[in-house]
Amino acid sequence: MKRFLLFLPLLVAIILGVVLFAGIGKDPTKLDSVLIGKQVPAFSLRNLIKPESNLDESLFRGEVTLLNVWGTWCPTCRAEHDDLMRIARDKKIAIIGLNYKDNRDDALVWLDELGDPYRTIIYDPKGTLGFDLGVYGAPETFVIDASGVVRYRHVGEINNEVWEKVLLPEINEARGNG
Amino acid sequence: MLRLMCFVLTILASGLSVADVAAVYDFDTRSAEQRYQTLIAELRCPKCQNQNIADSNAPIAKDMRSVVYQMMLNGASNDDIVESLVGRFGEFVRYKPELDSRTFMLWATPAIAVFGGLFVVAGIVIRSRRAGTAAPPLSTEEQARVDKMLAEQHHNGNV
Repeated sequence: MKRFLLFLPLLVAIILGVVLFAGIGKDPTKLDSVLIGKQVPAFSLRNLIKPESNLDESLFRGEVTLLNVWGTWCPTCRAEHDDLMRIARDKKIAIIGLNYKDNRDDALVWLDELGDPYRTIIYDPKGTLGFDLGVYGAPETFVIDASGVVRYRHVGEINNEVWEKVLLPEINEARGNG
Repeated sequence: MLRLMCFVLTILASGLSVADVAAVYDFDTRSAEQRYQTLIAELRCPKCQNQNIADSNAPIAKDMRSVVYQMMLNGASNDDIVESLVGRFGEFVRYKPELDSRTFMLWATPAIAVFGGLFVVAGIVIRSRRAGTAAPPLSTEEQARVDKMLAEQHHNGNV
């Protein structure tokens, strides 16, 4: 018994070590989305480019899509724009934009200057769909499968590495050939 | 004089920033206001991580405060409000997580630490008491020395 007590501090140190080690390297600013495995929330918003047309959640049916949340006020969105353009040029996947808490004129100027990688852009000036999606900071990118179910969320910039190592495997899995 | 002006300006500016953070919502009753303040103090801002939505000035925290206010006006209960935000942003936004199998250790650790400490202290106290009452056994050699010393003292008439 006494011998065992002598080893108690070592045991506690080992358990603490394992628990704390598991947390190393995790980025606490990246939260798992609650929506994973759930349908895209219902919405009814205007199309950014064609203000007269209405968009709803049926937009995400039929094929695997990327939903990219952006705004002209967001510097990281500008940083990832070239990568989005490249993905769109290579026709790897349809990208749907969610113009989040922005105004139409600024957004149109941005697309005019930098190019438009999006198949369709949802205009969400008040951020209502963004709120329902649990968006807490742009840019965020969701992988949505052909039946409109959210499969993955990436918070932060998309670059080549994120595309190759994270998004592409998720997209392939959503397409059913992972 | 200049220093005084700087001081006054600083005070004024700090007042401005506080006013920016503080909610501008009106409540009919004092208890509703208090309920709102308690709710926003218990909800965590997903963007700024270590602040509640009452303290945070992040746009998302503003949106969350406005949702809390709107839901309160529509007669939602505290649970409804918290559940609705957890449903969008995850358990992360709770500063007071529910007690379930995942959060059990989180809630139990303080109690375990306190009772573990009491246990150790009690063990030490009991052991030292026992050691104090029971005389340690002497070897025959030591006993012989004690007897000799006592006999000498007695002989010298000190006792």
